[in-house]
Amino acid sequence: MTQASLGQSVVQKEIQNQNNGVAANVTRTQPLWLLAEVTYRCPLHCAFCYNPTDYDKHTQNELSTEQWIQALRDARRLGALQLGISGGEPLLRDDIEDIVIEAKKLGYYSNLITSGVGLTEKRIQAFKDGGLDHIQLSMHDITEEINNFITNTKTFELKKKVAAMIKSHGYPMVLNVVIHRYNIGHMRQILEMAEALGADYIELANTQYYGWSLVNRSQLMPTKEQIDEAERITNEFREKQGSKMKIFFVVPDYFSDRPKKCMNGWGEVFMIVTANGDVLPCHSARVLPNIEFPNVREKGLDWVWNDSPAFNKYRGDSWMKEPCRSCSEKEKDLAGCRCQAFMLTGDAEGADPVCSLSPNHHVITQAIKDSRNPLIASQPIIFRNDKNSKAIIAGELNDRVKDFHALP
Amino acid sequence: MSIQQTDIYSIALHHRFQWEDAQNCYVILFPEGMVKLNSGAGEVLNLVDGQRTVAEIVTELKAKFSDVPDLENDIFGMLELAIEKAWLRQIN
Repeated sequence: MTQASLGQSVVQKEIQNQNNGVAANVTRTQPLWLLAEVTYRCPLHCAFCYNPTDYDKHTQNELSTEQWIQALRDARRLGALQLGISGGEPLLRDDIEDIVIEAKKLGYYSNLITSGVGLTEKRIQAFKDGGLDHIQLSMHDITEEINNFITNTKTFELKKKVAAMIKSHGYPMVLNVVIHRYNIGHMRQILEMAEALGADYIELANTQYYGWSLVNRSQLMPTKEQIDEAERITNEFREKQGSKMKIFFVVPDYFSDRPKKCMNGWGEVFMIVTANGDVLPCHSARVLPNIEFPNVREKGLDWVWNDSPAFNKYRGDSWMKEPCRSCSEKEKDLAGCRCQAFMLTGDAEGADPVCSLSPNHHVITQAIKDSRNPLIASQPIIFRNDKNSKAIIAGELNDRVKDFHALP
Repeated sequence: MSIQQTDIYSIALHHRFQWEDAQNCYVILFPEGMVKLNSGAGEVLNLVDGQRTVAEIVTELKAKFSDVPDLENDIFGMLELAIEKAWLRQIN
């Protein structure tokens, strides 16, 4: 019996990675996943953060509790089921408890995506009582040194304490580890740590290059050999320990021949409401030119999802150019990521340059080469913090962003 | 593993099974994912409640869908797959 005989898996990472998620359907889509990026404020300063580098503009105009609750209600009415509460660090807001209670009332399966900083016994008990379904904790490495270096904070011991707290409150242990040059050599130890912590799920997310991670691309990118070895170790570990811990290995697109089916398609299943109320079909859509993204302060989510020009812009395939338009594989990847196409080539409708059939594929091979060039790769990491965000907005770090067609 | 008529199952820990009006189907929700169930699987899992035995589930569904041939095999197949997917746990 096959999966299809039971039902259809959607927004499930292992499936999505094989590009056989929900089929594109222009006429009738529903948001299944609502990501609430409730704040861009964050106590960590991770070099690989995907948040916009100009986030500092959006730390003073966050939505109110009432506005979030309204957004949750509207999205649920449209069909949204999975709720991710993310940021920045969501726990910097003191109303997450209220949001969790409302999510439970509405029937969401809710997930707090956190660094763990700010999670206390009192708060986790309130989340449990309020009906939060799970907590996804970011971990960075097995060594204190790398954890503290890449996050630019002293958070190593705290994360271990938070992991134990999550477990003791009966939550599933869901770990997310972003993989980059500095921790890819520790894959086996990271998996062993996850096992020792009693993890039920672990996502090994190879860095994708958006926001801060794009600015730090040459400093973070591992080699192809390192990635192959990491994947080999992951598969070996998976075989050894069976199905007790589910392991997702998110393949890095720069080293693939074909692009990812980004977000399972534009406006297909995902909807993101950002800290200031902008509604986006993907995390970094604001980099795209000639699109005005709606804001929940002005427009209802029903209109946003069904009727807004922004959410309809890249639905279906009529916007595609060659070589995608006549490509036999276009349904598999829908031409890849619009943001990546624009950021790296200046053409938002072109093929994602990750594709070996893209006429701009050389920008990817060049990026890989640059990451191995000691002169370029030894430039300092620009950590995600308010000072650097202000500097980027002021144009003071132009040499690090000049190759991109929009501010990452 | 083989399923026995006397087995009792419930939805696995950290998983939630619910009806969705907007999708017009039953769904299973769990960390990092969800599955929209087709109507047959939805009918079966709707009776998996930590109380009914497999035999009782089969009897109820046979009464409800008396015109479907070989229903018992289908039910066992669905339960096997749901167990393999770790959506269910045995409680007896």
